[in-house]
Amino acid sequence: MPPPNTSPMETILFLAHTESDGSLSQAARESLAAAKDLTTALAGSVLVAGLVGAEVQSAANQIAGCAATRFLGVAGPDYATSRYSSDIVAVESLARTTAATIVIAPATSRWNRVLAGAAQRLGGRIDSHVTAIATEDGQPGITRWYYRQRMEGIVQRTRRPWFILLDPGCGGAWTGAPGLAQVESISPVLTDSNKRTTVAGFQSPSADQQTIRPDAKLLFVAGAGWTKAQSDGKPHPEEAEQLILGFLAQSKASLGSTKSLVDLSGEGQEVLKFMTHLNQVGQTGSTPRHPKGLATCCHGEEPHTVGWRFINERRAVNLNPNCSWAQGKADVLYVADAFAVMRKVNALLAERH
Amino acid sequence: MPIPYQIIVCGSVVPDPLQTLEPIATPTGPALKNELMLPAVLDPWAGHALFEAANLAKQNAGSKVWLVSVGPKAKLQQVMMTVAQKVPFELIAIDGPSSGFSESAEIAAALASAIRTIPGLDNSRLFVFGGWESASRGAGTTMQMVGELLGITDQFQGVDRLTVSADGSFEVLERVEGGKHQVSRCSALPAVLGWATGNLPEPPNNPQVGMLNMRTVMPALQRAKPLKVSTDGVAFASVSLPKQRRSTRIVKDLSPDAIAGEIVEWIAKE
Repeated sequence: MPPPNTSPMETILFLAHTESDGSLSQAARESLAAAKDLTTALAGSVLVAGLVGAEVQSAANQIAGCAATRFLGVAGPDYATSRYSSDIVAVESLARTTAATIVIAPATSRWNRVLAGAAQRLGGRIDSHVTAIATEDGQPGITRWYYRQRMEGIVQRTRRPWFILLDPGCGGAWTGAPGLAQVESISPVLTDSNKRTTVAGFQSPSADQQTIRPDAKLLFVAGAGWTKAQSDGKPHPEEAEQLILGFLAQSKASLGSTKSLVDLSGEGQEVLKFMTHLNQVGQTGSTPRHPKGLATCCHGEEPHTVGWRFINERRAVNLNPNCSWAQGKADVLYVADAFAVMRKVNALLAERH
Repeated sequence: MPIPYQIIVCGSVVPDPLQTLEPIATPTGPALKNELMLPAVLDPWAGHALFEAANLAKQNAGSKVWLVSVGPKAKLQQVMMTVAQKVPFELIAIDGPSSGFSESAEIAAALASAIRTIPGLDNSRLFVFGGWESASRGAGTTMQMVGELLGITDQFQGVDRLTVSADGSFEVLERVEGGKHQVSRCSALPAVLGWATGNLPEPPNNPQVGMLNMRTVMPALQRAKPLKVSTDGVAFASVSLPKQRRSTRIVKDLSPDAIAGEIVEWIAKE
């Protein structure tokens, strides 16, 4: 196990995997910007880039102007897909070859799966779901949330290597002119035991049922109120489904749901058949990042409202003016019947198209 | 011929999500105010993992489930009174912190050590389950480290479905970006699976299962070894609650049509 390294001169490895088209994602370029900023803030530190994928030259060219002192790549068919047993060999090779003391990577599902294992293998430590990286008195520190986004901590470490998984959407992406990068190729040895898992493909909802859109400008949060008895004393799940899907189709918003509504759908009740646990936001769901959020028929206290902790502008439609989902959490609370409002919203959006 | 799986579930306890949480500073780092007084529950994702494990064991005769849990002994006892009513398992308890501020590497080392003490473990039948994150640390890093310490390099995170085959291979659906699932097939065990929600509802209480479990739960709690978690090399500069409270404009007197017009304008605004 390597001894602790407290030198402020760090070797900062920006670690990214390529997308299926060979490019680097927005999340990867955000991590590169953070890595570059940290290198600048820590005098004497150096930035190196490590890339993994089926082919990495075009990704390296994409960031050729990022001032990395070295570009290293682990490439080949074995690294085209996201698999723990081969990815960890690639990451370990890159970290050892560069003698990285800090590794900054985007918190993609691929890196989320493997980097903690890599940190363990290299005798280092890891912080995931990091939202900011900064320096204080010449020491790097990271910000992350604890207890499901209910409290925020700033952490500093002396143990190296220090792996940092930066959540997407927390900072600007690196921009710069492409060029021609000189990539040092690394070819770690994979054995049969590294290839026992094969990636067979992806399952995704059909195009008209696609309700989760991470890049959408708007998050639409539907609560269990959509399934409750309305003013005529009866529930109207079919109309609720039409209104929500109609709105998503026209606005291209991403759909979030409260736990109570997802649970109702999961219990086989005839409500909102397109709703799954993947839509759930909040305590046991996701906390997506979107510029705007519109919550409808959502109820609940503080622990449940963390689902839109990272939404910048928030509005809510609810019949209860004292609802904790909105009071103090939303910028605007419309006290109204969501069915009536969304019927008209959909009509107005249709006119605009 | 069904395979008699050995399924080890790693799961800790967390504060009941409806409790108000407040951080405090202690000589050993941050903690929760009145932490020992807060009612606890089994971590929700670990709960999903446990229910999936029990379902897999039920479908494959001869399988067995162990629950390896780190937490203050009193908290574990409180939580096990409830969890033990749900599904059959054998508890391996470790008397340590359940704090979200403790190091995942330290907890992983304790879990791996405890797993190694289970007699008769057979890698060709071994699944190690856990939640893909916890509701305390929320890092999603512990299970991978447990796997590394046990030498298991077929690992999957954000799992929603596991399908096993009679030849010992299995297929896994993992959550990836954009609401999609990655489909992976693995030819043989052992494997580590960090579960997301899966697809199973919480099982109802079964007093017979509870009575059976409690025969081993209480001795396991009595045998629980104390765990001291190191904080060497990590410093918390601060831990605080988010302070921002928005000034909410409450609109009560607009018609649905007028509200809709306002919302559509707001959505369209860059």
